[in-house]
Amino acid sequence: MCPDHIIELMHQYLDEEIDSEGEQILREHLQGCNECQAIFNELKKTVAFVKSISTMQAPANFTSNVLANLPKEKKKILVARLLKNHPFLSAASLFVVLMMGSLFSTWNQDREFSVSKQKNLVVKNNTVIVPKGEVVKGDVVVRNGKLKIEGEIKGDVTVIHGEKYLASAGHVTGEIDEVNEVFDWIWYHMKRSAKEAAGFFEHQEGQ
Amino acid sequence: MEAIVKKRIKQVIKGDQDAFGEIVEIYKNSVYQLCFRMLGNRHEAEDVAQEAFLRAYVNIKTFNQDLKFSTWLFRIATNLCIDRLRKKKPDYYLDAEVAGTEGLTMYSQIPSDHSLPETELESLELQETVQKEILKLPEKYRSAIVLKYIEDLSLNEISEILNLPLGTVKTRIHRGREALRQQLRYV
Repeated sequence: MCPDHIIELMHQYLDEEIDSEGEQILREHLQGCNECQAIFNELKKTVAFVKSISTMQAPANFTSNVLANLPKEKKKILVARLLKNHPFLSAASLFVVLMMGSLFSTWNQDREFSVSKQKNLVVKNNTVIVPKGEVVKGDVVVRNGKLKIEGEIKGDVTVIHGEKYLASAGHVTGEIDEVNEVFDWIWYHMKRSAKEAAGFFEHQEGQ
Repeated sequence: MEAIVKKRIKQVIKGDQDAFGEIVEIYKNSVYQLCFRMLGNRHEAEDVAQEAFLRAYVNIKTFNQDLKFSTWLFRIATNLCIDRLRKKKPDYYLDAEVAGTEGLTMYSQIPSDHSLPETELESLELQETVQKEILKLPEKYRSAIVLKYIEDLSLNEISEILNLPLGTVKTRIHRGREALRQQLRYV
């Protein structure tokens, strides 16, 4: 029967924790003891066997199965990833944000009274009057003021940030548009841009 | 490697599941292997390995990022394996041993498509013998041996994974090694 302290030294050796003194003792003992030598070789063989078990691969679809079972992802992350994977989308959304920003700032800055220039419009304290019996030709735009229509306007009327009174005798041949909210304002801007663009193309075609 | 994992963990904490997918890719084989060597059958190993990753994901916020992620992950997996072993019910799987046979599994009842060359067959037999002997070890020796020799981890890491003093880990590895020696000496 082999001494316990020698067996202990063998294990220390296998754990790579043996000191030089212990290694010396083990070596000397092994040289003179066949039984211990056999045990030591068996231990080394055992370790080699266990290590030799080939490494295993996780089954196919392992990762996708794990991911399929995870709790739902937060929306914020989904959007972030969408933008990351589709740079065009992020460019487009940046464009929209900047556009909105500029629109809002024009909306907020544009508080001054103004009116389109037509000869026979009468202006009194931020109130624009189309006098009785007068005929105003062309579109009338009033910003930040009131519009009183007693005569006739041959064209469209747009009132931004203001009010309009249409007297019973008054008459407008075109469309009447009142813009008082931000969204109306944006809509108005878009319509105007589209009209301008259309006008531009018509003009070109005309040439 | 650890640096990449740390980065991915931060993304996972923000809720990014794709980043977690990368972590699974990195560790799936070692976690699956650990479970298979502990439990001895593929279905259960896959099941428990999946569960380990799921738990890691759900509890990722409790992971101390100063530590090694693999240590934490292996601890979850090892604990799940031990739980599974303790409440293991008899069940039928293809790779369970057929009663009354020596090491024959239901897989061996299915005719294989091709015959293996002799040397490959021998090495397969040896692997099966070794696996069988590992499975015969009491679970506390088995986990220590598997972490040490299959996962090739240091004694310190094993002591962290098993949450045991270093001395206890050494004793378990010694006993496990001794038991395996007794079984494998004549192979």
